Amino acid sequence: MSGHEMSDVVVVRTGLANVASVLAALRRLGVDGELSDDAGRVREAARVVFPGVGSFGAVAAVLDETGLRGALRERVEQRLPTLGICLGMQVLFESSEESPGAVGLGVAAGTVGRFVGDMTVPQMGWNRVQTDGSCVILRSGYGYFANSYRVESVPAGWAGAVSEYGGGFVAGIERGSVVACQFHPELSGDYGRGIFERWLAASEQRSSVDSGVVA
Amino acid sequence: MIPCLDVRDGRVVKGVRFQGLRDAGDPVDQVVAYEAQGADEIVILDVSATPEGRANASDTVRAVREVLGIPLTVGGGVREVEDAAVLLDAGADKVAVNTAAVREPALLSRLAERFGVQCTVLALDAAKRADGDGWEVVVRSGTERTGKDVLEWAAEAERRGAGEIVLTSWDRDGTKDGYDTELLSAVSGVVSVPVIASGGAADAAHMADAVRAGADAVLAASIFHDGVHTVGVVKHELAGFGVEVRR
Repeated sequence: MSGHEMSDVVVVRTGLANVASVLAALRRLGVDGELSDDAGRVREAARVVFPGVGSFGAVAAVLDETGLRGALRERVEQRLPTLGICLGMQVLFESSEESPGAVGLGVAAGTVGRFVGDMTVPQMGWNRVQTDGSCVILRSGYGYFANSYRVESVPAGWAGAVSEYGGGFVAGIERGSVVACQFHPELSGDYGRGIFERWLAASEQRSSVDSGVVA
Repeated sequence: MIPCLDVRDGRVVKGVRFQGLRDAGDPVDQVVAYEAQGADEIVILDVSATPEGRANASDTVRAVREVLGIPLTVGGGVREVEDAAVLLDAGADKVAVNTAAVREPALLSRLAERFGVQCTVLALDAAKRADGDGWEVVVRSGTERTGKDVLEWAAEAERRGAGEIVLTSWDRDGTKDGYDTELLSAVSGVVSVPVIASGGAADAAHMADAVRAGADAVLAASIFHDGVHTVGVVKHELAGFGVEVRR
């Protein structure tokens, strides 16, 4: 693997997310992420990180304004290396109680709902993540969460990891080298670092296979 | 378990109630050590006295962010939304406001609207009233008593968009007599956002008391800076008191 290939990581700029932590996490692994909201770049990049903060509706609106909707949907459908974080996971689903009427990418079946119960919302802090054994990139450990909304069950066709907060909820999903986390791997210490490492490694293998086909 | 670093002009300083500050090292070295020991989050309070010193704060945040893989809250000198934007751009995950929010509570609403409640932290400094009846809010590093009721202020701050409250007992800060557990249970009884205990910790027993009193996390400064206690050892002891910790 060449340094050049390894460096082709685009971090999607939605204008809503604080990306300093994500870029720093990548740099600690020797990867200089490129911030972009260009649909063409996001479509072609070897790897794409899709961080999200703000609201489901605001992110959905940005996807439409920028043309990123189609680019991201294609990436996920073709299982190209893509890492969604927090809202970047939620937006893979169809819709959210947070923003009625707003349309997600719909590449994962299901809707996002608000936490139910008398716990503190937003959930802010570390929580145990448990994988079902079919995950490759996600592992069990402690992730750092900051969310008021969550998906209740792992969608069909995806491997998943779950957590408990007033009931079970989805902490992460993965399919090939597409992985999405409700928690923030960039803030989850060594556990989060491992997720970035395995995702980069998995997507590197994937790129090798692809280039083999091309050759 | 949240180590707190008071930073002035790019260096960690320590002193009881910000008096007699002395140099306690490089913030970058310290956060690396704290994360390795198992710290769950880091708070940096900029206690610079001058605008120039404050301008350095974003450089400190940038340098810390490069090495730090856990959440970072930064406070000190945040007066306006733009001050917070600078710190968040530099790599803070949350911004804490104190005096400015007491002077103008709408600042909390503006921060929450722009950055979300998960970014908006209220640093609330409390002192027991002279007559012993409840607590009043103190500002300007404890130099000014406001008369404002702590419980009312905590509830208002939550309504306005504070997603977290770092609650410091000014009576206990730096004393090593333990957190003010009465204050903690009173405040956590009136808000549903996380309350972080601060001020007075000397050991894991104090931290376990704080958690039992309703704290969602505990913050400590001097006990870690001394190098006498490490975060890892204190977390281990805390687990021994039956408190769930991440390990």
